Amino acid sequence: MIRAVSAHEVAPSMHAWDVDAENLTVKAGRRLAVNGLRLSLGTGVHGLLGPNGAGKTTLMRALSTVVKPAGGRLSLLGSDAADGRTLRGLRRRLGYLPQHFGFYPRFTVREYVEYMAWLREMPAAAIPGAVQRSIERVRLADRADSRLKSLSGGMLRRVGIAQAIVNDPALLLLDEPTVGLDPEQRVEFRTLLRELGADSCVVVSTHLVEDVVAACTDVVLIDGGALVFQGLPADLVRLGEHGGTGDSPAERGYTTLLNRHRSAS
Amino acid sequence: MTSHASAATLAAYAAGDPGLDDAGSWAVEAHLEGCAECREQLAEFAGPPLRGLLDDVQAMIDQGVRLGPPPTRRRAWRQVAHRWAAWSLIPWAVITTTAVLAAFLLDRTFPHLPSLVLLLAPVAPLAGMVVAWSRRTDPAWETIAGTSRAGLELLLRRTLVILATILPPLAAAGWYLGQSPARWLLPSLTLTAATLLLGGRIGVARAAALLGAGWLLAVAVPGIVTAQLPVLMQPDGLRGWAAAAVIVTALALLRANDHRRLDSWQ
Repeated sequence: MIRAVSAHEVAPSMHAWDVDAENLTVKAGRRLAVNGLRLSLGTGVHGLLGPNGAGKTTLMRALSTVVKPAGGRLSLLGSDAADGRTLRGLRRRLGYLPQHFGFYPRFTVREYVEYMAWLREMPAAAIPGAVQRSIERVRLADRADSRLKSLSGGMLRRVGIAQAIVNDPALLLLDEPTVGLDPEQRVEFRTLLRELGADSCVVVSTHLVEDVVAACTDVVLIDGGALVFQGLPADLVRLGEHGGTGDSPAERGYTTLLNRHRSAS
Repeated sequence: MTSHASAATLAAYAAGDPGLDDAGSWAVEAHLEGCAECREQLAEFAGPPLRGLLDDVQAMIDQGVRLGPPPTRRRAWRQVAHRWAAWSLIPWAVITTTAVLAAFLLDRTFPHLPSLVLLLAPVAPLAGMVVAWSRRTDPAWETIAGTSRAGLELLLRRTLVILATILPPLAAAGWYLGQSPARWLLPSLTLTAATLLLGGRIGVARAAALLGAGWLLAVAVPGIVTAQLPVLMQPDGLRGWAAAAVIVTALALLRANDHRRLDSWQ
């Protein structure tokens, strides 16, 4: 079966990187949480690692355009994130799961995802199908008509993922998506991540180094608001083969990089 | 579609004839999608193996429908409510309507004092703005803040719900007390627009609290204490209020993009 393909689907992208930051600074309150960050991300799954307070959440907020960069340049999907006039169009192609995923207890799963699809200005005719598909992708089809207050923490997290992917975003931002998922669900989630990363840019902020090694095509390590390392998960594992503290080679690689960065600065 | 597919083409398509290349079958499929007549004709060309397959699929679909979950009821009114209102508004609506009623009763009991309905009308919508757009009262604030409708559009929807809730009781009270509608409506709308304008900078809830408290302290309380209607609320002030309402609304619309960021949710 063939389907009509609209012009913007086949239009070549006019930007080199989905996320392109140059000397980016972002404030969290009065503090500069992201300070002079240089980052270029393309299609694939990017794992954003860093210790607590490294500026991960602030960076995710800047990438999701809810916080305006204080300085530098941030271009998302080819449009400037500091320009308020182009935000509306840009946000239609964005999916975002914040760290503190708030929800309305009396909404059902379907109602909530439908509401988020409407907020992202999907065409009304496409919403019911897209909602059903995203709920099935996070394996919640059997609970689709349950109220959110009756779901467990892991299920709520999956509702959060469903609302983020409902509009098939070109740039998907997930802040701590694996919190509260049991091991089996985490394995399923990694499979979903790999599927999503095949044709869009996915940024996953996490504390769990093993998630990054298992599911990401690219590792980004930040500390003190600046980029420490960007490379392949295999590079991280290789670094951890000699020295460092941690239980797995990847964790040892992570601590080695952080220690090297801290002693250098 | 202007021309129908020929019988020979449909027969070749149904039989999976290799003589019909990819481009040819695409053209047939594109036509079939929009033409019931040709679909009917195609069904006649279907051979026994295809009919058997279709019967099997039909049986499986029927079974799925019988055993699967029942279709959910569509509740259109819930969808409308979700898209326009915030749940946090319900307690506010009850409290504010009660306050308007109390002011109205006091006005009737003490007709020689300055009208409480007039003094409270400008801040009645502000109480709703405190809860409609705030990170403390809207649990999904951060998820919503990152969407394309978030911003002045969604905020205006919620503001309209607030005004639609609070204006009818005020209108009823004002009409019964014989006040001209413009005397309470214009200050009300001006302060609401001022909240939208200021809210983009310091947060809508903060702006509403600030303007509301400012109004009560600077205008309403002195009016009650001195038992005189404040200058601002005298009938000659109407032109000034009308001008202020237009200017502040225009400025708020110009600064619409302020509401797209988290700062607006403070």
